[in-house]
Amino acid sequence: MIIALEGVTKSFGAVRAVEIVSFEVRRGEFFAILGPSGCGKTTLLRILAGFEEPDDGKVLIDGKPMAGVAPHARPTNMVFQNYAIFPHLNVRDNIAYGLRRQKLGRQETDELVAKALELIKLPGYGGRAAQELSGGERQRVALARALVCRPKVLLLDEPLGALDKKLREEMQIELRQLQRTVGITFVFVTHDQEEALTMADRIAVMAKGKTLQIDSPAQLYEAPNCREVAGFIGTMNFFHGRVTARPHDHAIIDAGTLGRLEVGGGGKLPNIGSAITVAVRPEKLTLSQRPIEGWNAIAGRVSAQAYFGDRSHFYVRVSGVDRLIAVARQNAERSLDDPSTIGTDVWISFAPEAAILLSE
Amino acid sequence: MKKGMGDPLRIYGPVFLMFLYAPALMLPLFSLNDGIFPNFPLAGLTLRHYRSLADNSNMIAALKNSLALGSSVAIISTVFGLLAALAMTRFLLPGKRVALGTIMLPLVVPSIIFGVALLVILRRFLNVELSLWTIGAGHLLICVPFSMLVLMARLEGFDPSLQEASQDLGENAWMTFWRVTFPLALPGILASLLMSFTASFDEFVLAFFLGSTDTTLPVYMFSQLRFPQRLPSMLALGSIILAASTIVIAASELMRRRGVRPQTGAGL
Repeated sequence: MIIALEGVTKSFGAVRAVEIVSFEVRRGEFFAILGPSGCGKTTLLRILAGFEEPDDGKVLIDGKPMAGVAPHARPTNMVFQNYAIFPHLNVRDNIAYGLRRQKLGRQETDELVAKALELIKLPGYGGRAAQELSGGERQRVALARALVCRPKVLLLDEPLGALDKKLREEMQIELRQLQRTVGITFVFVTHDQEEALTMADRIAVMAKGKTLQIDSPAQLYEAPNCREVAGFIGTMNFFHGRVTARPHDHAIIDAGTLGRLEVGGGGKLPNIGSAITVAVRPEKLTLSQRPIEGWNAIAGRVSAQAYFGDRSHFYVRVSGVDRLIAVARQNAERSLDDPSTIGTDVWISFAPEAAILLSE
Repeated sequence: MKKGMGDPLRIYGPVFLMFLYAPALMLPLFSLNDGIFPNFPLAGLTLRHYRSLADNSNMIAALKNSLALGSSVAIISTVFGLLAALAMTRFLLPGKRVALGTIMLPLVVPSIIFGVALLVILRRFLNVELSLWTIGAGHLLICVPFSMLVLMARLEGFDPSLQEASQDLGENAWMTFWRVTFPLALPGILASLLMSFTASFDEFVLAFFLGSTDTTLPVYMFSQLRFPQRLPSMLALGSIILAASTIVIAASELMRRRGVRPQTGAGL
């Protein structure tokens, strides 16, 4: 374990920014802390960097307790949200900033800087002034400046937030490759679930100062442990009901006006009589003229449609459900004149194994 | 706006500049006049008033006093101003506004009131002998607000995460000051040094009240105006000061422009 947090708590006045957070980060892992703004994720990162001291709890980095250790004495380096490139120094001096204490010769320093510039694919940029850099270049220089110090943990605060969408997607892949190359543990904070899913080995989902679930991207997406996580990661449809029977490893749910739903296949089943939420991803729902035999089927009417290029979402109004139900369809074939289906009566069907049960 | 010949602003501009600079330009002109009285027509051109300055030991002593006083006041005022500005911009202090208001007060209180008040306090209550030290103390009071304003403007503009980045990269607070805060504040520090030096160098009222016989250049010059035959050499002295300050202002403006290079990207 490179990082261990045990019951870390931090308040600012009456606001509890981080509340009893405990988790561990493995050596060499790409770890994401994901949550909406104000959930305490940046505070947590600043606690790791040493800019905030927790009110309670323990922080261990590489087995050593970090209580009272100043930021400059920690084996961590940080890439700041706005990159914090020193405006009075050129690229070379920015990157070499953290090397002063190692008392290297000029030649050694130059070599390290050149290597770092190579790593971030900006060779020959050493002489540029900080002001001449574009947003993407600033981000790379900030990365190089931190990595050149060979930290045990690299902390990244919304590293891609300031970049435009195209550049962000490129950097997601590049950052991932870079992390594999240097083999340093990365801990990064983001509010962008897509970013977390594509880059991280494991993700801690946070809300209101607490961690809700810490898991791999696939686990978070396929098996969220609560409504908040299910709703925050991707799109999710929810139906409410009560468990009436548990034949074999399935649960039979009375969903009121929606009728009887059957859910099963893996996971702990709730007790008979308990109120339950059935969650289904849009891509696991099928639209058809008739209900599909052996699947759960709900009647509704298509009320809106959204085109995403590779797929489309149909939004179906189901009586007794407040929110529209999203159903995804892959646009695998090239079709320009898709007749609008809005207003047609349809059946939404899903297999018992496609749904997730969440306790309320 | 209409840009015809009738536009009154077109006349206002040149007239304003003439009122501002014409009297100052009379100074070097009459300093070259081979006569005692500054009036037209000129009696002939000469440099003898300038030459006579070199032999004037009282004037030289006053000039030295003023230079020493100005430099000391500039340095002390800038150090005080920098410390105060750092505290004001970086921390949330209780009573910050009150403290700021009190420090800025000398900017709005007429210096004659300050002069008289300080004289009473120094002589009546503290019984301090008047000297260059007392003038210096008075000058410090009016220079610190200037320094602070200049430096606060400079420090407020920069991103606090730069200091955090420096600490994160292994530097303690002291080295962070020297490697980040100081170089970024440098243009402001130079501006503060120049401004407080100039403010002290040509200050008259406080120097007049708080000084003894060993005095500063402006007070010396004022004392010489009683003797008509000394007027031309004072005009010559004035011309030299005018030229020197023009050079200093031009230099400082160049420096300031280098300091405020456009900073892109940093603030989002």
